[in-house]
Parts: sequence; structure tokens; C-alpha cells
Amino acid sequence: MREIAGLVLAALFGLVFGLGLVVSQMTDPARIIAFLDVLGDWNPSLLFVMVSAVVVAAPAFWLARHSHTHHALLGDDFQLPPNRTKIDSSLIVGAAIFGVGWGLAGLCPGPALALLGTIDIGALLFVPALIFGALTTRFIRARMTAKSI
Amino acid sequence: MIGLASAGLLLSIGRIAGVSGILANAIGAVPGLWRWAFLAGLVASPLWAPLVGAPYAIAHYQGGPFFLVAAGLLVGIGTQLGNGCTSGHGVCGIANFSLRSLVAAVTFMIAAMITVAFVRHVLPVFTGL
Repeated sequence: MREIAGLVLAALFGLVFGLGLVVSQMTDPARIIAFLDVLGDWNPSLLFVMVSAVVVAAPAFWLARHSHTHHALLGDDFQLPPNRTKIDSSLIVGAAIFGVGWGLAGLCPGPALALLGTIDIGALLFVPALIFGALTTRFIRARMTAKSI
Repeated sequence: MIGLASAGLLLSIGRIAGVSGILANAIGAVPGLWRWAFLAGLVASPLWAPLVGAPYAIAHYQGGPFFLVAAGLLVGIGTQLGNGCTSGHGVCGIANFSLRSLVAAVTFMIAAMITVAFVRHVLPVFTGL
């Protein structure tokens, strides 16, 4: 029963998350590019969307970090990332590579998946390439760490 | 709504709404059906948009198919190496006061701004477009 409730809630929050992207028009690459185009006609709407999402989500993260039981409402442990303040080269290089891809297409993973639901041709090209890139990178990284041990 | 969904996912099942990680782990067969449920909700979201009075999601692209495939590959590689995208680092990570995420978000924004400046303002000078 608890598992089913968890799945229903995950689907519901996926839906609300996607609706948030659609409502704020973050699913339109032209909007994203307009935000990133600081030399052109700059449109700051992405910044407002992101800041308001952070402000709404921050209390939940505060609660999760200060929870005495370390359990979420359905009883599972909070899966917060370990407090890794270490800023390594893979974080910077990865974020930079992601940024170049984001700037080229105006798409990041969330909006691209939402657009899949509209059978958008751009998302149909972008998402398989994204999955291929991600899984190949994961595979190579796993091989490299296995070798170094 | 994005913040609400991120907060809800965390408080109900204890998980972080980072789309790139959820997608890669789901496809990579990491146990956890909740990921598929979240992805299903996300993909179905545009179909529900009229119910909340939102316009149908229409995408306008700046480049051709080659651009999109290349961009997809870069986003896939980058989010794996950097452990997150706009939702994981940009929203959840910053909401969690993670310095790593703040650095990642600033880095990908600057890289994306430079890329757009290059494609839109530098390249046309040389190609005469």
C-alpha cells in the first residue's frame, strides 16, 4: 500500500513539476535562449522561475535536514546528497559541457521530457541523444573507477 | 509549482527532483519504480496544461536537427559528469544550500551564455548571415 502511495505521489509531483515548466513557458527553447542571450534582447523570466522554485523548495530541504527521524512522510529515509562541499574538476567540467549543450539547443532534461509528451520533433531528437550521452559517460566512468581500485 | 513539486517529492518519499539523475537511473535500471512514475507524470504534463489554463507547449528552435542531437549528447555527458542539471543543482541543490550546486549552476549558466553569444553574435559575423 505504501509503495503504491509513493508511486502515485511521484507521478503527481512529476505532473506538477511539468505543469510548472509548461505554465512558465520554460518548455520553449526560444524563451531559454532569450534568457541566455545577454548580448541581445535579454529576458530574465527564467531567473524569476528558478528563484521562486528555490524559495518554495528551501523550507522542505531545511525540514529534511533537521528531521529527527530522518524519515519522509511515507517512512522512507531522506535521500539527501552527502555533504560533499568538495568542488572537483568533474563537477566544473561537467557543468560547463552541460551549459554548452543547453545554450546550443535551449533545452535541458526537464523541458525536453515534457515536450516528448507533445510528440515534439526536437525533443524526439534531443532526448535519445541525451540518454546515449549519459549512459555512455556513466559506463566509461564506472570502468575507470573499477580500474583505479 | 516547480518548487512545490520538488518540496513534495522530498517530504513524501524523501527523493530529490533532479530530472537528469532520475532519467539516467531509470534507464540505467537502478531499482526504484518511483522514477518511472515521476517521468510518466512529467511527460504527460503538457496534455494536462489546458486544465490549468496554460497554453499548449510549443517549442521554437534556433538550430537544425544536427544542433539538437549534438546538444543532447553534450547535455547527457555534462549532467553525468557534473551530477545534475537545472532542476537538481539549480533548484534542489541551491534550495539545500549546497555550495557545489551553486558553483555548478553558475558554471553552466555562464557556459550557456557564452555559447548563445557565440552562436548568435560571433558566428554570424564570419558567416555573413
